[in-house]
Amino acid sequence: MNPNQAPRTRIRLQYSKAGRIRFTSHRDMARIWERSLRRTGLPVAQTEGFSPRAKLHFGLALATSYESDAEYLDVDFKRGDVAVDEVLEALVGVLPAGIAVSGGAVLAPGTMSLQQAVTCCDWDIELLDVTAGDLVQWVDRVLGATTLVITRERKGQQITDDLAPQVRALEVGEPTSRGVRLLATLGTQPRAARPSELLTALEPVYRPVLVRRTRQWIEQDGARLEPLEVGAAPAQHTLVGVQ
Amino acid sequence: MSLWPELELVLPEVSKPARYIGGEGGMVEPEHHRSKVAWLLAYPDTYEIGLPNQGLQILYEILNERDDAVAERAYAPWVDMEAEMRAAGLPLFSVDTHRRAGDFDVLGFNLSAELIYTNLLNCIDLAGVPVRAENRADADLLIGAGGHCTYNPEPLADFVDFFVLGDGEEAVSDINAVVRDWKRGGKKSRQAVLRELAAVEGVYVPSLYDVAYDGPALVSITPRFADVPAVVQKRTVADLAAWPYPKNQLVPLTEVVHDRLNVEVFRGCTRGCRFCQAGMITRPVRERPAKQVRTMVADGLARSGYDEVALTSLSTADFSGIEEVVSATMDCGAGEVSVSLPSLRVDAFTVGLAAQIQRARRTGLTFAPEAGSWRMRQVINKLIDERDLYGAVESAFSQGWRRMKLYFLTGLPTETDVDTLAIGELARNCVELGRGHTKNPSVTVSLGGFVPKPFTPFQWFGQNTVSELQRKIFLLRDDIKRNRGVQMKWHDPKASMVEGIASRGDRRIGRVIEDVWRQGGTFQEWSEHFDYDRWTQAMARNGLSVDWYVHRHRAEDEVLPWDHLSAGLHKDFLWQDWRDALNEVGLEDCRWTPCYDCGACTGYSIEHIVASATPPAGGSQGTGQVPTGYRPTGAVAVQLAGAGSRASS
Repeated sequence: MNPNQAPRTRIRLQYSKAGRIRFTSHRDMARIWERSLRRTGLPVAQTEGFSPRAKLHFGLALATSYESDAEYLDVDFKRGDVAVDEVLEALVGVLPAGIAVSGGAVLAPGTMSLQQAVTCCDWDIELLDVTAGDLVQWVDRVLGATTLVITRERKGQQITDDLAPQVRALEVGEPTSRGVRLLATLGTQPRAARPSELLTALEPVYRPVLVRRTRQWIEQDGARLEPLEVGAAPAQHTLVGVQ
Repeated sequence: MSLWPELELVLPEVSKPARYIGGEGGMVEPEHHRSKVAWLLAYPDTYEIGLPNQGLQILYEILNERDDAVAERAYAPWVDMEAEMRAAGLPLFSVDTHRRAGDFDVLGFNLSAELIYTNLLNCIDLAGVPVRAENRADADLLIGAGGHCTYNPEPLADFVDFFVLGDGEEAVSDINAVVRDWKRGGKKSRQAVLRELAAVEGVYVPSLYDVAYDGPALVSITPRFADVPAVVQKRTVADLAAWPYPKNQLVPLTEVVHDRLNVEVFRGCTRGCRFCQAGMITRPVRERPAKQVRTMVADGLARSGYDEVALTSLSTADFSGIEEVVSATMDCGAGEVSVSLPSLRVDAFTVGLAAQIQRARRTGLTFAPEAGSWRMRQVINKLIDERDLYGAVESAFSQGWRRMKLYFLTGLPTETDVDTLAIGELARNCVELGRGHTKNPSVTVSLGGFVPKPFTPFQWFGQNTVSELQRKIFLLRDDIKRNRGVQMKWHDPKASMVEGIASRGDRRIGRVIEDVWRQGGTFQEWSEHFDYDRWTQAMARNGLSVDWYVHRHRAEDEVLPWDHLSAGLHKDFLWQDWRDALNEVGLEDCRWTPCYDCGACTGYSIEHIVASATPPAGGSQGTGQVPTGYRPTGAVAVQLAGAGSRASS
């Protein structure tokens, strides 16, 4: 039988990333997941060909040094009857400190990939060296601007973008023990706007001390769903893993 | 205590911050206590290069298993991180609990390459300790070093308090006991603890020796006290089975070189390749029992999640249980685990073995014939028949490999242009073999300039000059250029020259290393930071001649800077082997033939531990004189490629 036609399960996992492991890169996380899943002994599907790899589908990259409550990963399994609880249980104790799985859901065939489906993310941004009052004014100016031109480098070329349409929401949050918080919702289509770009959109430019992704959203037919909610069989918030 | 809150502010600003966070699988966060010796084990290169170092990982585990010691790890911060650290006043720190280096008792380095010596000075300086040993206060960190480079420690004698020669598994506990008592007594006298360390077998304390010169010539290195040994003997672990380490190999969170499970299958090598320092100083051969290897592989894969395991040694196909172990390893990963054999005889690299190891994944293959002509291979005692090489290459192509790398040395004793051009001939023939199996076979010739090393028969040989090495490299490059399918890479001959300065340098070279470091010359093994002129200028400024140190042939009666140290090998054995080399006479592998008393076993009352009394399939294992018309089969190393972008172009 062609292995591509064998029954399969695709499971979406939600996990958090916090603490010192936040300094690992998106690529590092991919390797960490491959090793961790191998340790579980779960029947993860492999790619065909010269250099087989586990069939993992990662969502939007999280910038190195950012934390997150809402990272997602879709995993293909060789069997058609793999259950979410079985996966969550197997992952207990195999992930490195700072990575904790918070839930999972079986995806129906044809479910849109994370990269395509997610339309915006909520961010919690901690800033030092700025007062709440100054930040409120900055937020008002950002929200009042018709365009927010940023330049970024891509393959050695300077590219300009208008960030304004991507700023869905922006407000000053409750202060932290050492600084102030900016809460932002930024669009991800066609390209994910980054908190670091938002902070350079208007003078004065701020440098965050800690950035945390708190939610990812899929907007469809007027509804806002979190990525596990589009799954066929959610097993929400079964708290698994170690922190 | 922990510098983490400060580091956290700096890390977003630097490249690859994950190399400073620790958090690896297998990491220990030990509890420090005033009655325990705190070791900071350091590799003076980047985290990516240093993390996989097996020597440090073994010591890390052994020390942390003791109830009177703790061990953490440090690596050289990359230049951007160093700048941030110096700007913020942050010292060298451990990656495990992010403690400052000054909170430890011993800063112990692994030294595996000459070009990292300036980084060692930089790490000592970042630790907040005077770089010159003579300026240290009683309670300052003790600076120690082990690893292959310590067989000529003289260039670093001014900066390191004590060196360890040979295997560290047992020595580290002996040293720990001395330092523990010193610490519990309040670290009163540095002199006293150094005197006691000098009494530990395998430990060399350079400040306890006087060096005499006569003009440029070294006359003697003699102990200043009667209780300090005149000759320091290396340490050798008699039985590897007693040391199944690392048990918990560190699994890093970010990518490093050799990012796989590594299981050492034996230590020591008696093939007798005359250029190879490792093969000389690690004798005798001590095999790990095949059963223990299988257990270490199975346990290691299960706990690490790796899908690749390397069976490491200096020549893995010589391992008595190789076929059994490879096959068992392939089975334990249900076809998803790949095995790499970083050193494998070509005559053992059969179609069957090729088929076995590519069951899971096909990575790069490197064969190391080392020299292009049969004559040259007789000189270096690497008696590989060309037919063996071609057989191995054919096996690989037939099993689906399309690319391979051939490793050669140039600048070998008695080398002529005929020998150099023979490399091109071999490479072309390999590509031709590949055409029978694939449309676009590719063979990369990797050429390194030969640097003579202490305790080898070639320790008397004058290294080729930069211009001579460059000439040979270009000769070969021009010869190869016209051939589709053959590529060539080479090690910068200027880097080989600088390696040569330190490789056989004496204590005076320390001034040069310090000079280069003070000029900002760190990360010299990275081509983007290597600065040849800094080295030649530092030599000139200190009145030292590159020709004298690097390019000069040594005489039989000359005092060598490492004559007061011993790797067991008799000097007259090495001299005889040097004469044999010049006469193109080979020497047999003594693990399967009678002892010729090189000194490595007899001197320490130890023996080879080899499960099989006969050589594995096919090889003649190095023969003596070769009858006319007869070409014995022999050995080449096979290794999987991939070790970062360090100094080669």
